[in-house]
Amino acid sequence: MIIAEKKPIEEIIREVEAYDRILVLGCNECVTVCEAGGKKEVEVLASVLRMNFMAQNREKTIDERTLERQCDHEYLEEIRDVIDQYDAVISLACGVGVQFAAEKYMTTPVLPGVNTVCLGANEDRGLWTERCQACGSCVLARTGGICPVSRCAKRVLNGPCGGSTNGKCEISKDTDCAWQLIIDRLKALGKMDDYEIVAPVKDWSTDRAGGPRTVTREDVKI
Amino acid sequence: MRLKIPTNFRIIRVPCTGKVDIIHILRAFEKGADGVYVVGCMEGDCHFNEGNFRARKRVEQAARVLEKIGVGKDRVRMYNLSSGEGPLFAQYSTEMVNRVKEMGPSPIRLARQQMAKKADAA
Repeated sequence: MIIAEKKPIEEIIREVEAYDRILVLGCNECVTVCEAGGKKEVEVLASVLRMNFMAQNREKTIDERTLERQCDHEYLEEIRDVIDQYDAVISLACGVGVQFAAEKYMTTPVLPGVNTVCLGANEDRGLWTERCQACGSCVLARTGGICPVSRCAKRVLNGPCGGSTNGKCEISKDTDCAWQLIIDRLKALGKMDDYEIVAPVKDWSTDRAGGPRTVTREDVKI
Repeated sequence: MRLKIPTNFRIIRVPCTGKVDIIHILRAFEKGADGVYVVGCMEGDCHFNEGNFRARKRVEQAARVLEKIGVGKDRVRMYNLSSGEGPLFAQYSTEMVNRVKEMGPSPIRLARQQMAKKADAA
């Protein structure tokens, strides 16, 4: 899922200071699971903002709403009839949701309430780690299900490099060497022969190098 | 035991302090409470293993955010005691009430009062 983390409250307060009627808009998907922008976080942020401005004797309307998703037209349409009641929206969705809401409601500022970090997994309670960089052409079949693009600091496709020591990466003693993990897994799968196959130069045009990406599916279009 | 405890606080019973969320604490302040304290079982004695540890984390979260918006981190606190320690509960209650009295009314309460006055005048 998409991993996001809450923005510091001071930053959000600065962003919304100039507006009097604010909607805090949560998203029920990824940001709910990573506890950054779901209904609960919307309640907390709205309460904190209300108290902040109340303590300064400034009267503001701060309402709460959480949509099923902010990256789909049908859910974002749910606020069309109320959007004009607000001077600004703080969206606690990922960057996708913030932008999609902004595109839809041209005259209402939509401000981000979270920092979108990566595509990752919930490794442990309170720990989310990156697993995918959406490079657009998956190599996991060849690398024992461990991604050298997202988990190797150098994105090396024929690793490990010389910076790998005792299974750790040279960038930090807490970072596993992705290629050590790949070799361990290939050994466990009895597929070390695959390791000997030199990976060809990767086509990075499917990554960000080719500009913003789109997926068009004629078969599902109506 | 007929212990004396302050009369100016309200007890909200929860099945376990693990039920207490940051939003419950914040709502109390939003509604004008001058202070909130959470009283849980002794650490390590939670029937649900980590309820009181969860509560402590949430109290800390609330304290951090209340400090940032000028309400003050000392208005919220977590205490631990066992269910047999009535006198300690009384002592903690007095301690918390005195601490809050020293700090004076919460800025939210004052703002609410002002707003109510304005509304009355209008």
